[in-house]
Amino acid sequence: MAKRRPPADFVVERDDYKCIRCLACVRTCSYGANFYDERANRVFTENLKCVGCHFCEAICPTEAILVRHNPLATRENAHWTSEAVTDIMKQAETGGVLLTSMGNDKPHFTYFDRMVLNASQVTNPSIDPLREPMEIRTYLGRKPLALELENIEGGIALKTRIAPQLKLEVPIMFSAMSYGSISLNASKSLARGAQMMGTYFNTGEGGLHKDLKEFGENMIVQCASGRFGVNVDYLNAGAAVEIKIGQGAKPGIGGHLPGEKVTEPISETRMIPVGTDAISPAPHHDIYSIEDLRQLIYAIKEATRYEKPVGVKIAAVHNVAPIASGIVRAGADFVVIDGIRGGTGATPKVTRDNVGIPIELAVAVVDQRLRDEGIRHLASIVVAGGIKRSSDVVKAIALGADAVYIGTAALVALGCHLCQKCYMGKCNWGIATQDPKLVRRLNPEIGARRVANLLRAWALEIKEILGGMGINAIESLRGNRDVLRGVGLHEHELELLGIKPAGEAW
Amino acid sequence: MRYVIIGIGPAGMAAADAIREIDEKSELVMITSEEVAGYSKPLITYFLGGKVDEKRMFYRFPWCFEEKNISVMTGTEIVQVDPNEKRVISKRGEEIPYDKLLIATGGSPFVPKIEGVEKEGVFTFTQWKDSKMVASYIVENNVAKAVVLGGGLIGLKTTEALLELGLKVSVVELADRILATTFDKKASQIMTRALQSRGCEVYTDDTVVQVKGKRKVSKVLLKSGREIKTKLLIIAVGVRPNVGFLEGSGIEVNRGVIVNERMETNVENVFAAGDCAEFRDPSTGESTNIAIWPVAFAEGEVAGYNMAGRPVKYQGGVPMNSVELAGLATISVGFTNVEDNGVEILKYFKEEENVYRKLVLKDGRLIGAVFVGDIDRAGIYTGLILQKVDVSSFKNDLLREDFGLVYLPKEYRKKLMEGELKVWLE
Amino acid sequence: MKKKKILVKEEYCIGCRLCEIYCVTAHSESKNLIKVFRYELGEVAPTVIVEEKEYTTFAVQCRHCEKASCVQACITGAMHRDNGTGAIYVDQEKCVGCWMCIMVCPYGVIKRGVNKKKVASKCDLCVDREMPACVENCPNEALVLTEVGES
Ligand SMILES: Cc1cc2nc3c(=O)[nH]c(=O)nc-3n(C[C@H](O)[C@H](O)[C@H](O)COP(=O)(O)OP(=O)(O)OC[C@H]3O[C@@H](n4cnc5c(N)ncnc54)[C@H](O)[C@@H]3O)c2cc1C
Ligand code: SF4
Ligand code: SF4
Repeated sequence: MAKRRPPADFVVERDDYKCIRCLACVRTCSYGANFYDERANRVFTENLKCVGCHFCEAICPTEAILVRHNPLATRENAHWTSEAVTDIMKQAETGGVLLTSMGNDKPHFTYFDRMVLNASQVTNPSIDPLREPMEIRTYLGRKPLALELENIEGGIALKTRIAPQLKLEVPIMFSAMSYGSISLNASKSLARGAQMMGTYFNTGEGGLHKDLKEFGENMIVQCASGRFGVNVDYLNAGAAVEIKIGQGAKPGIGGHLPGEKVTEPISETRMIPVGTDAISPAPHHDIYSIEDLRQLIYAIKEATRYEKPVGVKIAAVHNVAPIASGIVRAGADFVVIDGIRGGTGATPKVTRDNVGIPIELAVAVVDQRLRDEGIRHLASIVVAGGIKRSSDVVKAIALGADAVYIGTAALVALGCHLCQKCYMGKCNWGIATQDPKLVRRLNPEIGARRVANLLRAWALEIKEILGGMGINAIESLRGNRDVLRGVGLHEHELELLGIKPAGEAW
Repeated sequence: MRYVIIGIGPAGMAAADAIREIDEKSELVMITSEEVAGYSKPLITYFLGGKVDEKRMFYRFPWCFEEKNISVMTGTEIVQVDPNEKRVISKRGEEIPYDKLLIATGGSPFVPKIEGVEKEGVFTFTQWKDSKMVASYIVENNVAKAVVLGGGLIGLKTTEALLELGLKVSVVELADRILATTFDKKASQIMTRALQSRGCEVYTDDTVVQVKGKRKVSKVLLKSGREIKTKLLIIAVGVRPNVGFLEGSGIEVNRGVIVNERMETNVENVFAAGDCAEFRDPSTGESTNIAIWPVAFAEGEVAGYNMAGRPVKYQGGVPMNSVELAGLATISVGFTNVEDNGVEILKYFKEEENVYRKLVLKDGRLIGAVFVGDIDRAGIYTGLILQKVDVSSFKNDLLREDFGLVYLPKEYRKKLMEGELKVWLE
Repeated sequence: MKKKKILVKEEYCIGCRLCEIYCVTAHSESKNLIKVFRYELGEVAPTVIVEEKEYTTFAVQCRHCEKASCVQACITGAMHRDNGTGAIYVDQEKCVGCWMCIMVCPYGVIKRGVNKKKVASKCDLCVDREMPACVENCPNEALVLTEVGES
């Protein structure tokens, strides 16, 4: 019997003494894993249905539930890992591409954790952010090389015309997640959170739901290969426009929202008929060169009367530096680079786990390239893909970024437990779903409060670290690779990152 | 300003509270012919049955009137109202002047002409003193068996109390069934069975024609010829508005005192509310005299506000009642007995559990509801009846076991939840 | 007078019914979820009711109405408004179980008590707690405590 059933990924253990048969877990599991046996008067779980979202564990009022990992209990094998074997079993059964969601979960791509930061001791004083001003406000957009001033009556005025800028009170924004891939309540949470914290959220490629219009001042609208919902009103609805070429979780791959998910409201925002598949082609069919991209950038600038910054988002791939240089030369006001750990609502597992490069290397080489070419001031750099704590933000900025985008981190703040089943559309936490019953589980008032809290906390930590290094403005951190040291990195990696190994002085 | 209220029932008390809400200072006098003020009339059957003691009989304790600066005159029967001189006159001859007068005298029991009805052991049952008298009569005369004439609510509540005391009871009802005015046939039938199962005899299409015995009752003779041995006969065949003393006052009286939506009578500064009042609905021109506690209370409140100068309007009410008899809870609201063409009936009956629900619909609106056995959430239906909500869109859900607010139209529910439905209009 | 009021946010109720469970527990002898389930069921019942139909769920408890029909209809005075808190309470000593209040409450939130005492039972806004149990434990803030009226 070669046929095998892949083992349940999780087992749900229920302490029968503590179970009060309130059935909250039965009622709320969207995967239908929990059930009640009236005759036995007991609650059970079909473990195979459990995706490990931990909703039942969270809702159970008596803490009777424990969701446990259930790795394949075969002989330990560092090469033939439980994951590898289970994947083979699944594919032998289905003969199809393995789908997954969220970002790359493999351990070997995290350079942030192999870099350490500096602090002041004796020779330069550190700063206490509680007592002294600390500036972390950031402007994104094209900067002039020099400022020209002119004399006017009664004083002097700025003569140089400054290109449109985005003003960020914290150097962290919420990355593009379309309404469709996440729920409206999730979008609302991010929108309101961005508004509360003076930063931006991004509509993603799904168009603009009418309920989000009021957040225009804190919104970046995206224009992707499917061009869903894109018209002149849409382009002007936000504070900036972002052209999406690629995404870290699936470089080189388009998107596909199956027709059955294109419900009335989705069809309205995407501007396509109800029930039709929403296909985002792998490339933009009108962009095959930097020159083509320049045309689109300027078309959008025309459409927005040069009042809004226009950015371009790409996945971090091998050629990221020259591509970024081309993008800046094509007229982009900011470049977004999404690394290999970038998240998504649905992607082939093989792509997610193997295509692209880590964001730390990407930002370092892009920043260096633009500096070398003398065009760094022409565009801001925003990095994305697996930013998970404030120190990552500090390190990314030290490597050359102006600001970061967070996606997964924000979703985790909203309740996401990284079960990686977004593509099933049954998210128990009301995030990656369109099922009204599940969507309402995410109260945007709570959501906004939580994502705003997250940014508030990170901002405090960033100031703490800056102060420790004797820096009182985030400006002085940008591209300041001297504050970084590598631990356990190869010489060439250190070279690419532009940092010294730990232990080496200035 | 001097307010005078005749009658200390729910209508009078609610009016006094409403007046005091607006006007804390002016003189306020409340008058009752009874010796006690502030007790709750519907509790007299519970008192008889021993479920409620002396203390719990009080809806308002005497000191509550003092606290609100209200002077109370007990044992004072008013025999004349003189609107010209703005005063009322008591039987003892006291003249009590008023600036605003409320007539809230309730009703008194109707006693049909029966041979020998004056004998000892025959009682009506509408006042606390009746309850006390019956209680001591039972003890003093070792009464083990009683006859209750009248199978209406008061009769049956009294029956319930007598059964509680361990007496055997026979109920005699002139109509073809008990509770004929408030409940439908099926409900009557269920209640009859329930009473019978507790050893109570029920005789319908019958009445008492003669009370036998020397000085005291020993037997009653029914129209059907049946004779029942009993030492106690309770007469509970109906209540009439207490309006006799208004004769010659110029105040318009039909069955009760005619009032408009502000509880004003035809005579200036004279208001009426409660069982003694007959509300003439200005929109339909029809007038109703609904003798129940909630209506008396609501009318009293509206009267009080208007007397104190706050113009609120009464929205009208429907008859309704709730009783638990022989362990069966029952509620009836609105018109439950209509069976003409334009009416649609929805109902279900679960025999094993004695659960019966019936709804009466007319022109897409709910006009009546009967609940026996299971009365949970009955008020939602009452709300629909009173607010005249169009129920046609969710008609089929009305009898669901899990029927609740979630089945109501969204706008109505929203209004409800936000507390926007008004009990009366300003 | 400032009056506490529970707002029901229908759009965020997830139908978990935890409010009912915490309501029961708050009004139980032991105040312990597990002990209530094991030893005290049948003695207490929730006074918050969760309703559910297709995609709509919400919890509803006594609204402590401005003009309360139940207070008007109560024949004993058991159902009353507390002048301090502005909330409506039932004095279970006075109540005789005539169910006039059940007959008139348009929300259907007054229940026949489940314990031996045959008296009306309804939301008391958790008088002895800072925050009503249902509000405090609603995982999605579908129940929110507000204060209305001037102080
Ligand atoms: C036994 C019984 C049970 C009942 N049960 C229910 C029930 O379960 N539910 C329900 O809704 N209703 C019930 N009712 C009816 C309810 O009691 C009345 O509808 C309600 O009391 C009417 O209130 P009221 O203020 O209009 O008059 P009443 O309560 O009758 O008060 C009238 C007052 O006026 C006084 N009075 C009368 N004439 C004069 C006068 N000339 N001078 C001075 N004072 C005078 C009387 O002594 C009395 O104090 C019951 C009634 C009885 C008798
Ligand atoms: S606890 Fe909150 S979310 Fe759960 S049923 Fe009650 S009101 Fe709804
Ligand atoms: S059941 Fe109790 S609280 Fe309700 S009306 Fe009757 S006496 Fe008042």
